[in-house]
Order: sequence, then C-alpha cells, then structure tokens
Amino acid sequence: MAAMTPSAREAAPKPDPDAAPAARPVGPRRRPRLWRGAVLGLGGAYFLVPLVASFVFTVHTPGQGVSFEAYTALLSADGFAESLALSLGLAAATIALALLLAVPALVAVRLGAPRLRPVVEVMCMLPLVVPPIALVTGISTVLRWGPEHLSRTPLYQTFLAVQNESFPVVLVLAYTVMALPFVYRSLDAGLRAVDVPTLVEAARSCGASRSYVMFRVVLPNLRSSLAGAAFLTLALVLGEFTIASLLGFRPFAVWIVSISGAHARMSVAVSLLSLIITWLLLLALSRAGTAPTSTPGGARAPRTSRTSPKES
Amino acid sequence: MSSASSTPTEGTGPTEGTAPTEGTGPAGTPVPVVDDVPLADTAPLDRAAGGTRRRRRGPRIWLAALPLIAFTGLCFGLPLGALLYGAVTRTDPDTGATALTGEHLSRSLQGPYLGSLVGSVQLSAVTALIASVLGVLIAQAVVTSRSQALRNAVLTASGVLANFGGVPLAFAFIATLGISGVVTRLGDLTSLGWNLYSFTGLAVVYLYFLVPLMVLVILPALDGLRPQWREAAQNAGAGSLRYWRHVALPVLAPSLLGGFVLLFGSAFAAHATAAALVGGSVPLVTLKIADALSGNVLVGQENVALALGLDMILIAGLVMAVYLPLQRRSARWLR
Repeated sequence: MAAMTPSAREAAPKPDPDAAPAARPVGPRRRPRLWRGAVLGLGGAYFLVPLVASFVFTVHTPGQGVSFEAYTALLSADGFAESLALSLGLAAATIALALLLAVPALVAVRLGAPRLRPVVEVMCMLPLVVPPIALVTGISTVLRWGPEHLSRTPLYQTFLAVQNESFPVVLVLAYTVMALPFVYRSLDAGLRAVDVPTLVEAARSCGASRSYVMFRVVLPNLRSSLAGAAFLTLALVLGEFTIASLLGFRPFAVWIVSISGAHARMSVAVSLLSLIITWLLLLALSRAGTAPTSTPGGARAPRTSRTSPKES
Repeated sequence: MSSASSTPTEGTGPTEGTAPTEGTGPAGTPVPVVDDVPLADTAPLDRAAGGTRRRRRGPRIWLAALPLIAFTGLCFGLPLGALLYGAVTRTDPDTGATALTGEHLSRSLQGPYLGSLVGSVQLSAVTALIASVLGVLIAQAVVTSRSQALRNAVLTASGVLANFGGVPLAFAFIATLGISGVVTRLGDLTSLGWNLYSFTGLAVVYLYFLVPLMVLVILPALDGLRPQWREAAQNAGAGSLRYWRHVALPVLAPSLLGGFVLLFGSAFAAHATAAALVGGSVPLVTLKIADALSGNVLVGQENVALALGLDMILIAGLVMAVYLPLQRRSARWLR
C-alpha cells in the first residue's frame, strides 16, 4: 500500500513537467505549495501585525485623527539624547573590549596553543549558562563589598570609578561578559573557514612582520565574522535592560520604560525606531562584512596562493 | 587531508624541547599521502630555519590568550563566586560572623519562590515547544520553496527579530494587543476574554523572538537533508509520512532537541520583556529576583535572590549540558 500511493500520485500530475525540478517528483510538490503558502502567510501576518499596529498606535489617536507628534516630540524629549548617547558609548566600548580580548586569544589558540582551546571555549561559553539576572545579583553583591569592607583601601576609589554615573564601566564589563559567547561563536566560525596557520606561515616566510601578519593577513580574512560579532554585541547592548536597571543606570532601554507611563505613544514610537535602526545596522554591517571581502578577497586569494607555493 | 596533516605538526611544534625531532616525525611518516608530497620536502627546511623560532613562539602565543582568561576570571568569576558564597552563607548582623547555611536555598524552593520557578519552567517549556514546531514549519517552507529572495528575506528578518527581545518588543505588543491596543480594539478581543498581561499573553509575546531563533537554528539542518535520502526512501516505496518518520526526523532529532533546549534557555532567562509587560502579575523567577534585589519585598531578601539566581544557573546549566553534546552530534551528521 505504501509502495502504491507514491507511484500513483506521481503518475497523476505528470502532464505539467516544467513545474517540477528534475530531482523531485511532481505529486508531493503540489500539496506542499498549499501548506507552504499557509505557513508563510500566517507567519508573515504574525510577525508583521505587531509592527503595523504599533505604527498605527503611534500616529493615530481614536477620535483625534492622525498626527506624527510622537516622533517629532522625540528629539526634544527629556533624556532621550543622553540615554541614547550613553547606550551607543557603552556599545562601542563593549565591542572594542570584547574584540580586543577575544581575537588575540582565538588566533593564538589556532596558531600555537591548541591545548588552551577547551579552556578558552569554556571561558567564552560559560556566560550562556548564567542568565543576566543571575549575573546582576552577583555583580551587585560584589559592588556592595566596596562600601562595606574596602572603604579604607585605595580599591574603594576603583569601585566608585567603575560605577561612575556618566559612564558606568561596570556595565561595559558585564556586557562584555554577556557578549563573549556570541563573539566567540562568530569568530570561531570565521577562523574555521580560513587556514590561519598556513596563512601566517606563508606571510611570515615572505618576511612579513608579526603585526603586519595580524593586521593585513589574518584580520581582513575575518572581516565578516568581526562585523557579525560587532553587530550582535551592538544589538545586545542597545536592548539591554536587566543589568542596567537593577544597577540603577539609565541607558536607552531603561529610559524607554521610564517614560512609558507618561508618554505611552512615545515609548512605542521609540521601540519601533530601535527595531528599524537595528535592521539598518544589520544590513549595513552585513554589506560591510561581505562585500569588501568578496571584492578584494578575489585579489587577496591569488596573493596568498602565490605566497604559499613560494614557500614550498 | 592537508589540514589534517598540518594540525599534528602545529600541535607538536610548540611542545617543549622535543619540537625538532617530534616535528619531523609526523611530517615524515605520512609521505605516501599525495597531499603531503610538497609538505614533506618543505617540512625539514622549515624546521631547520624556524625550529628555534617556533619553539620560542610557543609560550608567547600562549600569552595572547591570557587577557581573556584573566578578564573572565575577574569579571565573570568574581560575581559568580559572590553569588555562590552569598547563597550558601549567612552573616549574623550583630556579630558579623558568617556561617554556612542551606536556609536560603531551601527558602528559594518553597512557597511563592517555588511557584515562580515552576511558572518560569512551564512558560519556557510551552513557548519553546510551540516555537520549535512553528520554526520548523517556516524553515521547511523556506527550504522547499527554493526562492533565494524569500530565503534571504526570511533569514535577515529572523536575524533581526531574534534579537528583538526585551523592552521594545513588550511595547510593540502593548500597542498591538494591550488593553487599548490597535488589534484589541479592532477585534474587540477584550470581550473574548483576551488579556495580554497573563500567561497566554506572555507566551504569545515570547513566540515573537523564539520562532525566528528556531528558524535560524534549524534552517542549516534542514538544508543538510539531502534530496538523495528522500529519493532513496521513495525508491524503496516510502511515502512522505514514512520518509519523515524513519529518515528525516531521526537525522534531525539532535538539531531539533538542541534547538528546543536553546529556546527553553532563552525563554527561561528572559527578564526585560516580562518586566516591561506584566510587572508582577505572572509569577516568574526573573521577576521575583528583580523584586528581591531592588528591595521591593522585604529587607534581607538579597540572599534569597542569590539563592534563586543559583537555582536558575543550575537549571540553565542542565539545559546547556544537554544542548552542547547534541549540537556536536548534529554537526557530525549534517556536514
């Protein structure tokens, strides 16, 4: 019976062969088209409706008509510019710190210290196990030690500096910890795609200096994964609420919540804008990440392949 | 093969002292392999020229990983240690003496705290299950459609939406399905008993970032299902259902389970969405911790917050302990 059904189904719709690609029988393809349309339609509706409805919510007040006040009042809103600037500053610092820490470590693990690989991997992936809310309980405990035990020591100044209201370094540290798993994954995938030891040996045997190898050979090959890591970190920092709010700082996400009571429309407008900004950044970064590597990469690939035969 | 043969030389290179003899050994022995013929005559040259340099490079390269290890040790290990320490000790306010106690942990597993843990686990499990099914359906629809434009659009959208958790998501849903939300008013959902600020409402919101995450996780796995397997199954007389039951699902099982576990973990850890959305009306462990931390409940609850944090880490750790081996297994299959 099971053997009969497919053959019967296959035989029936054969008259239109151009609908079917060579590998697939026609019959089972026709039904999927129906459910595929339904699935994609329903999924698209579920994901689009909140966005459209949010937009309608921000511009349309029942009984008063359409107005774009929620968007125009935004720039002059109290705290908008400061909180956004703080979030962007935190994001830049976090990206810089995370990449500065992770890139040398991962390249080193590839090049000459394979025994460290499990250590680095565990170090980078462990933060995944600790939810941000658990991390912040630990951080606030540590920060409370400052006034309690260390108020007479010079370390106390460090505690105060780290919690500086205008640029809380403690948030950069916490965000870097949270971003490490994503940065690690992105960089690891990038490093897996290139044969770093061969590249480095080739460049070194051509007389390139160590820093030249790092900045002109290894990093350009990692461009797209560096961009990916930076984007994920940026999205993480811009949207982060838990740690900042519980430690009492006021970056962008906390600001949105704090105005939601008085200006519901504006908070929704900002939420929409932040989604659009994230989207644009993703597009820009994915273009910056892939396009340059594909165009000069074509030029770079022969160069490296020219150097490796020279070595042999 | 060339990478496989270069790894051992790399691996043995930096080992102390014996590098030159060890290095020529592995590079000399696999000469019969075609790929290694050019390597074989470069290897001694390379060794002769760079043997000492390489031995020196070993420890220095190791140093490059040190900042990362030191940083995680300090900025991650210290809070984690403080959390552990605070969860299992009690400081007497009068004498200042600290003593080991299981009191906080046992309190975190009782009454409202236990209820919040159970609520979190339930919500995460339900949303992860639904999101897995929906994510697989969408991913399969994308894979079978073979339209590159659709595929790019869905992948980009998933990449953005999976990161669209937290506060903005909560507000988008308040504007859509909240009490005065646009869809609520249009469809008069309140009279149908709809309430966004409930378990169901929260589940609908969570799906918004969980489904794209599942699509991202499962799409490569579905791509890895070779058409030949389906053809082979069909030639052997299997229908679509049989193909899925006996071929596709067993191959996909590790990825599916891994995806489910990942979704569970991210739903379990989510705090911002719930905080901005329901406040305290749904018992969730993340909200309870935040309450206890900011002193909203009672003074002296910090240690219970730490104990709850420890509970969360244990559950999340269990989840990861399931996920990582599964991911490795599926990576082996779906190359």
